[in-house]
Amino acid sequence: MAKRIDVSGLHVYYGDFMAVEDVSMTIEPRSVTAFIGSSGCGKSTFLRALNRMHEVTPGARADGKVLLDDLDIYGPDVDPVMVRGEIGMVFQKANPFPTMSIYDNVIAGAKLNNSRMSKSEADDLVEESLRGANLWEEVKDRLNKPGSGLSGGQQQRLCIARATAVKPSVLLMDEPCSALDPISTLAIEDLIHKMKEDYTIVIVTHNMQQAARVSDRTAFFNLSAPGKPGKLIEMGETNQMFTRPDKQETENYITGRFG
Amino acid sequence: MSTTTTQPPEPETRADLSRGSLPRNFSPALLAASASVVAGVLLAFSSFGVVLWALLTAVAYLVITVTASARIEGARKAKDRFVTAIVYGCFLLAMAPLVSVLWTVTVNGMERFSGYFLSVSMNGVLPSMDAGGVYHAIVGTLAITGMATLISVPIGVLTAVYLVEYAEGRLKKSITFFVDVMTGIPSIVAGLFVVALWMMLFGPGHLNGASAAIALAVLMIPVVVRSSEEMLRLVPRELREASYALGVPKWRTITKVVLPTSAAGLTTGIMLAIARVIGETAPLVLTAGSSAVSINWNLFDGQMMSLPVFIYSQVRMGGAVNYERAWAAALTLILVVMLLFFLARMIGRLFAPKTR
Amino acid sequence: MTTTDAPQAAPPPSGKRRIGDVVFAGLARSSGILILLILAGVAAFLIVQAWPSLSANTANFLTTMEWDANVRENPAFGVAALAFGTVLAATIALVLATPVAIGIALFIVYYAPRKLASLLGYLVDLLAAIPSVVYGLWGIGFLAPQLVSVFEGLSRYLGWIPLFAGPPSPSGRTILTAGVVLAVMILPIITAMSRDVFHQVPQGHREAALAMGATRWEMIRLAVLPFGKSGIVGGAMLGMGRALGETMAVAMILSPSLMVSWNLLQSGNQTIAGHIALQYPEATGYGVSALIAAGLVLFAITLIVNMAARYVVARGNKEA
Repeated sequence: MAKRIDVSGLHVYYGDFMAVEDVSMTIEPRSVTAFIGSSGCGKSTFLRALNRMHEVTPGARADGKVLLDDLDIYGPDVDPVMVRGEIGMVFQKANPFPTMSIYDNVIAGAKLNNSRMSKSEADDLVEESLRGANLWEEVKDRLNKPGSGLSGGQQQRLCIARATAVKPSVLLMDEPCSALDPISTLAIEDLIHKMKEDYTIVIVTHNMQQAARVSDRTAFFNLSAPGKPGKLIEMGETNQMFTRPDKQETENYITGRFG
Repeated sequence: MSTTTTQPPEPETRADLSRGSLPRNFSPALLAASASVVAGVLLAFSSFGVVLWALLTAVAYLVITVTASARIEGARKAKDRFVTAIVYGCFLLAMAPLVSVLWTVTVNGMERFSGYFLSVSMNGVLPSMDAGGVYHAIVGTLAITGMATLISVPIGVLTAVYLVEYAEGRLKKSITFFVDVMTGIPSIVAGLFVVALWMMLFGPGHLNGASAAIALAVLMIPVVVRSSEEMLRLVPRELREASYALGVPKWRTITKVVLPTSAAGLTTGIMLAIARVIGETAPLVLTAGSSAVSINWNLFDGQMMSLPVFIYSQVRMGGAVNYERAWAAALTLILVVMLLFFLARMIGRLFAPKTR
Repeated sequence: MTTTDAPQAAPPPSGKRRIGDVVFAGLARSSGILILLILAGVAAFLIVQAWPSLSANTANFLTTMEWDANVRENPAFGVAALAFGTVLAATIALVLATPVAIGIALFIVYYAPRKLASLLGYLVDLLAAIPSVVYGLWGIGFLAPQLVSVFEGLSRYLGWIPLFAGPPSPSGRTILTAGVVLAVMILPIITAMSRDVFHQVPQGHREAALAMGATRWEMIRLAVLPFGKSGIVGGAMLGMGRALGETMAVAMILSPSLMVSWNLLQSGNQTIAGHIALQYPEATGYGVSALIAAGLVLFAITLIVNMAARYVVARGNKEA
């Protein structure tokens, strides 16, 4: 189920402005990779380029190569819509569909695409996805209530369940805990731990303890100067990155000395 | 929007504080006092009139406040109080015609407003007879406005979708600009447009409900576009992204996420647009005619009466009974418009999904 | 207004386009283009249908005051008197409505208790909900008779000003009455635009003024009015556009006539829109075509005023 991502020479632009310059990396399957770096260093932009979500921003484009196992997702015949079905995404702010119940939110991917599904198949998918997101016990009695009635942490787990219900092989998470309290954050981190058995997980985070806690590998992004594009500075095993990074820049950032 | 309180804290100036200020409830007390004194004086001279009374009360209040404030609080405070009184006055002044219109229409309209009036047409009724009603005009208003809505809503909402979700560059700019311009088209010009169009298509003298509906649609489309555009922009970007991230194509995202999320707002906007055009008169006089007296459900054949045109044509006849009918029809029309107005607000408030 | 940033998305630059996407985007785009076509069609059809009478016209259309168009040959008609009446009525409305509208907007944004503010704004909006034919009925059936005594007072004390020379019309159905009704009708537009800009005044500007020890009025004069100038001007012009084209209220209050008179208290003036509504049912010969020509003039005037208004508002937004 989980797949490997191979990026080589990826540049991302907003109009004429280059936001991310020449990134190459390999993201291992069945592991958690964390992207860290200061605000505006291009890590979220890069993340969005991994499932072509950047294309929904007007003027944004990318060139380079992103291989999902053997498939180049930027290939000429590749449909970005299919790419996003294969590489799911969870956002900073929990965003359940306000017009749908919890149940409908979970199967939204299938529903919105008008896929035929029997009632029992749908029931099974909802239960499986909610269990997978550690949310089943909390909501099983109110599946027909609107998703917006849940707490922030529950909503975020609902969004994770919704993303996994379309059976992606990769899950991209863009600062999924930044709007949550510590207890909800812990719940999500536990979930990430559990889910790496089945998925390739990439998480952008501002919280270095979180990167250290949840990830196997860490990539550090930085700007060479304000107004310049963001770059991948270095990438490695999380343990090693946080104890003895190769680059001085990385050490400065991790130990809190900037610049 | 203003996050400060509307009552900004009075600046604490050092020495001025000791000069004292007018007591807290000085304003309402003075207002009540001047109102009753003026009323007393006017009654004593037995020349009481509401307008005169309000005017004199305002003048008395203004003069006393400004002099007292200038004495006790200083010139700056006096000026501030003067402006405050003027600003309150402006609002009350604007309410005067609203109250007056609603009051005169209700009082004059009630004389003839009845179940009979609503349920019969003017077929076979001579203008000066003490009979007849607006049923045919209600039918015409419903048919014409209904058809105008059917034309305007798809065009208006789709254009709003285009502007919000797709358009870029010059086409977007020019559509936005010309929709704005279109909101300013005088209604009589919209009527003349259809007259000109009909003359070219069918030759002169073809009055019918469909042409009236097209004229109304010209007036209604820009209103629907503007309100729908606003509502679609309120749908958070995150919802669209959530849908895209599930591998849902854009058109399904729009039809299944964006439009349902803004459905309540769209409905509100459409109902307000209907409320706006349902009272239009000038284009209907030119296109559907002003002399139909009988019930006509056929939009494509023959003149069609409508409530606003009924009011106008009765006024043009000029007799006392005609004026009675006009007032009663005006009451009917205002009730319809107000109903649409309040329903629209209720729908907007009750059915809007929470998107935080 | 139109400058808020849109959560929009560009079409995918590469990859297959889905049939559903192509069809739906095409539908949306054609609707937008259809609107441009309708507007162009309005201008085109009016010109085409106005042409026969304009080319047969034996008088100068723009400078002639008479209206002798209901004939089969040699019509002689012009819009001079009507254009004068139109601009005069709209100007009266603007002069009366603008200060009041600014006052209302200030009241709602800065003076009214916050809990009531939206309700009060809603009441002002109700003024816009009343159909113009009802305003016309109110004007002729209630306001005009009430104004007769006011007009008498005006001519008695201000009669030395040519605008208010007597004797006033005994019916009260004059251009001034029409102007008052139009003023009521355009109040909500000007108020709404002014409210919008007043809401946009940065809190920092207002607090800076208050922190200097300014009274509320001084704060408004220093921070709010300069900032809101373009919005107020734009709103007033939009109101003017509405007043220029308003038909029913004017047609019901003023009687058919073709005079040019500066006297506001006597009947005689007529507006383009009112003239069209009153003449259309009786038009024969070149009559309809001539009325369409008059409508074309009205269309052009309101188009220019509205475009200028939008330009002023857009420029103000950019500066803000």
